[in-house]
Amino acid sequence: MRFIFKTDYDQDIRIFKHSGYWWSYSVLLLLLAAAPFLLGNYLLSQMVFVFIYATVGVSLLILVGFTGQASLGHAAFLAIGAYTSAYCQQHGIPFVVYFPLAGVLTGIVGVLVGFPALRLQGIYLVIATISFGAIVEEILARWESVTNGNEGLKVRTLDLLGLPVPRDSAGFYFLCLALLIAVILATLNLLRSPTGRAFVAIRDSETAAKSMGIDVAAYKVRSFGISATITGLAGCLYAHKLSFISPEMFTLLLSIEFIIVIIIGGVFSLHGAVLGAIFIVMIDPLLTMLKDDLPGVIGNFASLFGADAPTANHVQDQAAKIASAPGLKGAIYGLIIVGFILFEPTGLYGRWLKIKLFFQTFPLYKAATFKRQKTYVKSERNR
Amino acid sequence: MSFLVAENLSLQFGGLKAVDQVNFSVEKGEIFTIIGPNGAGKTSIFNLISRLYDPTSGQLFFNGEEFTRAPPHKIAKMGIARTFQNIELFDNATVLNNLLVGRHCHATTNVVQEILFLQAVRRAEFEHRHKVEQVIELLDLEPYRDKLISGLPYGVRKVIELARALCSEPKLILLDEPSSGLNVEETDDMSFWIRDIRNELGITVLMVEHDMSLVSRVSDRVLALNYGRELATGTPTQVQGHPEVVAAYLGA
Repeated sequence: MRFIFKTDYDQDIRIFKHSGYWWSYSVLLLLLAAAPFLLGNYLLSQMVFVFIYATVGVSLLILVGFTGQASLGHAAFLAIGAYTSAYCQQHGIPFVVYFPLAGVLTGIVGVLVGFPALRLQGIYLVIATISFGAIVEEILARWESVTNGNEGLKVRTLDLLGLPVPRDSAGFYFLCLALLIAVILATLNLLRSPTGRAFVAIRDSETAAKSMGIDVAAYKVRSFGISATITGLAGCLYAHKLSFISPEMFTLLLSIEFIIVIIIGGVFSLHGAVLGAIFIVMIDPLLTMLKDDLPGVIGNFASLFGADAPTANHVQDQAAKIASAPGLKGAIYGLIIVGFILFEPTGLYGRWLKIKLFFQTFPLYKAATFKRQKTYVKSERNR
Repeated sequence: MSFLVAENLSLQFGGLKAVDQVNFSVEKGEIFTIIGPNGAGKTSIFNLISRLYDPTSGQLFFNGEEFTRAPPHKIAKMGIARTFQNIELFDNATVLNNLLVGRHCHATTNVVQEILFLQAVRRAEFEHRHKVEQVIELLDLEPYRDKLISGLPYGVRKVIELARALCSEPKLILLDEPSSGLNVEETDDMSFWIRDIRNELGITVLMVEHDMSLVSRVSDRVLALNYGRELATGTPTQVQGHPEVVAAYLGA
């Protein structure tokens, strides 16, 4: 085990707390830098999606995980970023201008959403953000002069100061990686300064936050603004990655996917956004693979256990029918979320911490280490 | 004018008068206690002072300045800090972060500086931490710095809440039942700390308390309430002997 002897306040402030951080993150960075030259086209493209989802995940963590304001409208923020970029690109505005513009514009919309959201809590806020998403989707479909309606918009190759960056190139991969790293660093900085602590305070007790001099309304709006800005930036890269955007890409389902990212990853740490993004991006090809292969495997099992050929074929057909039933993917997603909330509320990152501690303290690990009491009464009436 | 003044303070919830035409004033450097049976309106007065409730009528003055309609987040900046009856700590944060939130009203940096974590932010953080460490030392909280609140026992949480209030360097501190849920030894510690807060830090204390031995040990003056109305004000012995107070507690 590592015991850190603290002699300096800076030891609690700096991001890399001890040499272990330097080692592990340098190795990770080296691997990520080498990835474009080692991985195939398909995996590289999946990695880009992981980066974009993780960026949105971080933005959602700021709002949901740290400020405690639920949101099912992040697909709409992503859409605003994406459409801003596509529109600007069509009108000859360069990337270096419309990339920040996508962030700023989405941030402004985020602030505007934040104001009515001040009066709402919990489930009502969820409903309000769902409605916001629906409104944006509708606007995208109807405002044809800008968005080209349901026909969608084509997004041309990204042009970085005269240098073309195709969507499946190593350059685009590094661009997405750079955005993710910048966003994570910015968020870490925020979390170790008064604003981040104010967010956490609002999440845990609004009453106490008020009495400590935190302007709850202002900080909630700020949280919405920052979160939307990051999502807008991610939206810009998302549009370029897809090369074609249309309103039905930014539905409630996408917002739910983003929420899944942080629930599965873990809502209390930024690691969660990245782990959750890896999970959500990789589960899709995994499910597709299962859908193709599983019926055959089941059929083989059937004949292994003594079923004759027609019965085995029948079983295989039935399995294939179930596997290709519409809505099955959604049901599996739902089961996964429910499972995580019930059995591992701290997500993949929480599980990882437990595994790490098991080896650090072996053979003295106790499962009860992570049990927490949750039931001191809070004065709800002051809300 | 006195340090904290409440003039004809009233708070009505529909037909219920939680606080009814209460007048009191707290002098600088005093330990002033509000007592009364359950539902007498003690915590309501605290919530009026920390501006979580809007008074129906009446006025509040602090340091000669009226703050009857000030927004709640301005109160800490004015120099009034408080604790809560049912502990209101930030459960999923470390003790250190809880105490640093107490420093929020002294925050000088803006969001852009913080996102870039400029030198100014780092310097400010050092300063906040230094103040927090002084409070940690005063209240013997050294073993808990990096612990999450959700894993700490009730007695320790109570002290941390006091510490968080002190971190904002208040001029007036409102303590809502500082000894509730504490054992005899912890209550003794609390009574020493309350005196230290006044004597060494020069902070005026306004508290709500049920433990009469603690009240008579530390308070300079006591205000007794019942059904939102003022029964008596005076030294602890005067108030304890007041016939109406006796009647309110024992039933006439």
